[in-house]
Amino acid sequence: MSQGTGHYYVPSPSKWPIVGSSALFFLGFGAAFTMNKIPAGYYMLAIGFAILIYMLFGWFGDVARESENGHYGKLEDKSFRWGMSWFIFSEVMFFAAFFGALYYMRVLSVPWLADAEHDLLWPNFAGGWPTAGPGITEQFTPMGAWGLPAFNTFLLLTSGVTVTLAHWALKQNRREALKMWLLATIALGVLFLGCQIYEYSHAYSDLNLKMSSGAYGSTFFMLTGFHGFHVTLGATMLTVIYFRCAAGHFKPEHHFGFEGVAWYWHFVDVVWLGLFIFVYLL
Amino acid sequence: MAVVQDVHGHHDHHPSGIMRWVTTTNHKDIGTMYLWFSFAMFLVGGFLAMGIRAELFMPGIQILEPELFNSFTTLHGLIMVFGAIMPAFVGLANWQVPMMIGAPDMAFARMNNWSFWLLPVAGALLISSFFVPGGAAAGGWTFYPPLSAQGGLGVDMMIFAIHILGASSIMGAINIITTILNMRAPGMTLMKMPMFVWTWLITAYLLVLVMPVLAGTVTMLLTDRHFGTSFFNAAGGGDPVLFQHVFWFFGHPEVYIMILPAFGVVSEIIPTFSRKPLFGYSSMVYATASIAILSCVVWAHHMFTAGMPAVGQLFFMYATMLIAVPTGVKVFNWTATMWRGSMTFETPMLFSIGFVFLFVIGGFSGVVCAIVPIDIQVQDTYYVIAHFHYVLVSGALFAIFAAVYYWLPKWAGRMYDEKLGKMHFWLSMIFFNVAFFVQHFLGLAGMPRRIPDYSLQFADFNMISSIGAFGFGLTQLLFLYIVIKCIRSGEKATDKPWEGGSTLEWTLPSPAPYHSFETPPVIK
Amino acid sequence: MSSKSVVALLGSATLAFYSSMAFSSKYNFPEPQSSIAQDIYDQHILALWICLAIFIGVFGVMFYSIVKHRKSVGYKAANFHHSTLVEIVWTTIPLLILVAMAYPATKTVIAMKDTSEADITIKATGYQWMWGYDYLQGEGEGISFYSKLSTPLAQVANKEPKGENYLLEVDNNMVVPVGKKIRVITTANDVLHAWWVPAFGVKQDAIPGFIRDVWFTAERPGIFRGQCAELCGKDHGFMPIVVEVLEQEKYAQWVADKQKASAAVVTTAAVGN
Ligand code: HEA
Ligand code: HEA
Ligand code: CUA
Ligand SMILES: [Cu+2]
Repeated sequence: MSQGTGHYYVPSPSKWPIVGSSALFFLGFGAAFTMNKIPAGYYMLAIGFAILIYMLFGWFGDVARESENGHYGKLEDKSFRWGMSWFIFSEVMFFAAFFGALYYMRVLSVPWLADAEHDLLWPNFAGGWPTAGPGITEQFTPMGAWGLPAFNTFLLLTSGVTVTLAHWALKQNRREALKMWLLATIALGVLFLGCQIYEYSHAYSDLNLKMSSGAYGSTFFMLTGFHGFHVTLGATMLTVIYFRCAAGHFKPEHHFGFEGVAWYWHFVDVVWLGLFIFVYLL
Repeated sequence: MAVVQDVHGHHDHHPSGIMRWVTTTNHKDIGTMYLWFSFAMFLVGGFLAMGIRAELFMPGIQILEPELFNSFTTLHGLIMVFGAIMPAFVGLANWQVPMMIGAPDMAFARMNNWSFWLLPVAGALLISSFFVPGGAAAGGWTFYPPLSAQGGLGVDMMIFAIHILGASSIMGAINIITTILNMRAPGMTLMKMPMFVWTWLITAYLLVLVMPVLAGTVTMLLTDRHFGTSFFNAAGGGDPVLFQHVFWFFGHPEVYIMILPAFGVVSEIIPTFSRKPLFGYSSMVYATASIAILSCVVWAHHMFTAGMPAVGQLFFMYATMLIAVPTGVKVFNWTATMWRGSMTFETPMLFSIGFVFLFVIGGFSGVVCAIVPIDIQVQDTYYVIAHFHYVLVSGALFAIFAAVYYWLPKWAGRMYDEKLGKMHFWLSMIFFNVAFFVQHFLGLAGMPRRIPDYSLQFADFNMISSIGAFGFGLTQLLFLYIVIKCIRSGEKATDKPWEGGSTLEWTLPSPAPYHSFETPPVIK
Repeated sequence: MSSKSVVALLGSATLAFYSSMAFSSKYNFPEPQSSIAQDIYDQHILALWICLAIFIGVFGVMFYSIVKHRKSVGYKAANFHHSTLVEIVWTTIPLLILVAMAYPATKTVIAMKDTSEADITIKATGYQWMWGYDYLQGEGEGISFYSKLSTPLAQVANKEPKGENYLLEVDNNMVVPVGKKIRVITTANDVLHAWWVPAFGVKQDAIPGFIRDVWFTAERPGIFRGQCAELCGKDHGFMPIVVEVLEQEKYAQWVADKQKASAAVVTTAAVGN
């Protein structure tokens, strides 16, 4: 574990963190104001996003350059691996909070609200799942598993395969195959997102299934929504990687930037499997 | 530009003036900023505490209207926890971890800077929320819904502040984990690491485990507030108690996040001033790990009055009580370290002994709280307030003071004024106990927490408590004076000012050079 | 310098711990008025003694060491740093002590949860900021009223001298008979509250949309006061709970009066139509 030799690359002073912080300053205040219908909020959000994008380009640009200029040796590579692993772990815990909420509502609070004791407060509530809860009378139709969601599962699983094929290609230095498989992965991701957008509009317009549809609606949109957001992030990162590949970055034996994104993509994949089982199937 | 040409990554060229601090990637600069930020937040949080104590000085409403009082309480808790105590420990980690493991810097130096510079943003959100329409969040630092669904803009600002703080903590934790796992000097095996490094490694794991859950919790609160979801609303099939579960799944490990590094600090200082190695090093490591693991399965001891099945209450009671065992091991190990040592009592040692002494009182009141029937009585009373100020103020905060006195010579290259330091300790010790010991009685006799006014039977103890609190607050200004005096005009410190010091940082010059270990030291 | 003051400090802390047991109510729980409250009281005293004993043990050793094993008296440091035997001993002993504390607690927890076969069931609903009581079952069934702080605002604003029961008095007390098992169902209308009467050892959060229950049996007549124990907004400090325990006959009288009064209200309402 401990390293024998020499130098660890410490980047010189950088403006990107403070740029990022000012982005979050605008985003934080902007979001809070927007939600309370204060007009300034929208402008602040816009400014915040603009700065954030500028920061991301600049920061990752620096990292890519440092990597290509050979600043990152074995030790740095290992740091990136540890860092990425624990970052993904933290994302897992973020989703765990929502899965926990789903579990709690389905298995505990909804049955409690339906038990004999609670007849005092909710005399006509029968419980069961899916439900909008005892106090919300608007009806909705739950989302079935075997239509679009199953197709989406297929898309994401396939994209897990294509990204692995891309990785093999990279390792064997077959650059054209690498780019092709990457493109395929991105395309599958984008297609997935398209299906999901369609599914949402279907839910709102045909099924009357909304965020405000009680327990089912809350957990459904929260879980799939944050997952979709992560797919968007992953697809964006894959796109960046694609352009880096096109620019000739990464070597067969040294390409953590690629691997990190691939890990992330697999993580998004696995979360979807959990979703498919617990949100759609059961 | 920001593109770096330097092959070795080691050089002393950096911008000067304010830009040095804004753009720095140096762990010492960043550590310094963390520590000053944390002290500033401590003054703000302390100011709020003084407001609370002033209002409670006598029965009746004098200076804070009830709603504002609740905001004071809420923001006092949030700012002290997230703004003062946690950043202080991250600051200590930034300074000390690379030096103690023989590394040149932190693993992700640029991200390290970002972790810090997110804090002022969150601080600005929290503090400025006092001045927006509707005022700051007033639902307690635990912001239980449905109450927290009622507030206005201030609550949303708090929610986003917490998001940002969470991002900062997660990045900081990942950085520390990676640094410790990957950048130790040759020969520094895990079981040779200084205790402070060990405790921080475990703390960092806790952080990546629970901070994302907090982020999820506030996100659900946000969507409940603005997007019509029903996570915490019975009418929609949700449950206000669900919030408490997810919050405390974060919240309980959080309190150990604030105490484990304190254990680490004390485990460095006591051996140094006893001139004797730490007793039971490996049992210390295992105890720390056990505390961390257990801390993840005790959260519902904050919810004994929320009503849960008896088996639930019993499980959480047993698990909670069990934590006393590894914590006891630590206390006994410290005692055994002092036993037959050759002790001297400089300020860091005084604060460490004060820590052990008062932390144990706080731990005992914790065990009393853990016993369900007793907790039914004391839950949400001043007994709990007393409990956690004993573990947080005379625990975490005292350990931070001890650490600052201990390492200041290394950081500043100058000695602090020993006489003033001792005075700081004794005044803190006395006023702290005056302020908080009587709160045990208040709680037992039935004074609820988070109230701006109370019935007459509580009057005299509240007055005593307030007097102690004012004294404690003023004493902390002395600390500021001592630190500034040390930096400006303290005597030159030797490389190893403490005779018993044995960790790597004492092999470096004082003040420590900008880059600690250009070439890693070899540990035998 | 320090040794004397440290010893003095230890002494005074010990004394404070000890005295907390010697004096009553102001330093300790109020006098228990139910068997559960009594259990709690006893377990707390037990826990206090145990903690005190451990405290004196640990810090006796530590302060002995601080006094004797200091450099200024020329003590030379030993160099031991490990002993598996000692470690095992001081892991096991606390474990056993904890079991001793947990055992009685377990029994009380189970007793506290047994809300079956109550004589009277009363629903307590938390509102911002008062309590509503509905007598659901048993003698007094059908009675229903609100209970609100009755301390004048002028006292809170320091414009009038404060009365004896400042902030602990309400317009309508909750009334129960002595010696009967009372089941209190809690719920809330808006946010969380908690129904708490220390003398009975009862505290239960009131959760909007959910039902919880607790029980107590008052052993003596009297008036017992508590407060809302869950932050519920601006006037959280101003929604006390007052339970008046009456002898059986007086309780029956109270019930009759109440029912007559509410009948009168209904009649006037009917007439008004
Ligand atoms: C640094 C922070 C910190 C630490 C370390 C602890 C440590 C402990 N805490 Fe505390 N706690 C808080 C911070 C902390 N707590 C806060 C902030 C709250 C309130 C939150 C809020 O509501 O706002 C709280 C609330 C709280 C509650 C809920 C009270 C209520 O709201 O009703 C409980 C209940 O079980 C509890 C228990 C414990 C226990 C058992 C320990 C144990 O870890 C203590 C272990 C230590 C010892 C026991 C001493 C040393 C041991 C020995 C010498 C061995 C022998 C001892 C025995 C055999 C007893 N704590
Ligand atoms: C994390 C650490 C932490 C720290 C360090 C402190 C420090 C202090 N705390 Fe607090 N406290 C909490 C965490 C902490 N607290 C939490 C989590 C809560 C629960 C909140 C909730 O219920 O939601 C709480 C709640 C709480 C309450 C209960 C409020 C209520 O229920 O309504 C009280 C009341 O006495 C209190 C007092 C104090 C005091 C007097 C200090 C002192 O130690 C502070 C001393 C410091 C200073 C005073 C600053 C320095 C000096 C100056 C700025 C100069 C000016 C000085 C004068 C004017 C005298 N705290
Ligand atoms: Cu009702 Cu507090
Ligand atoms: Cu806890």
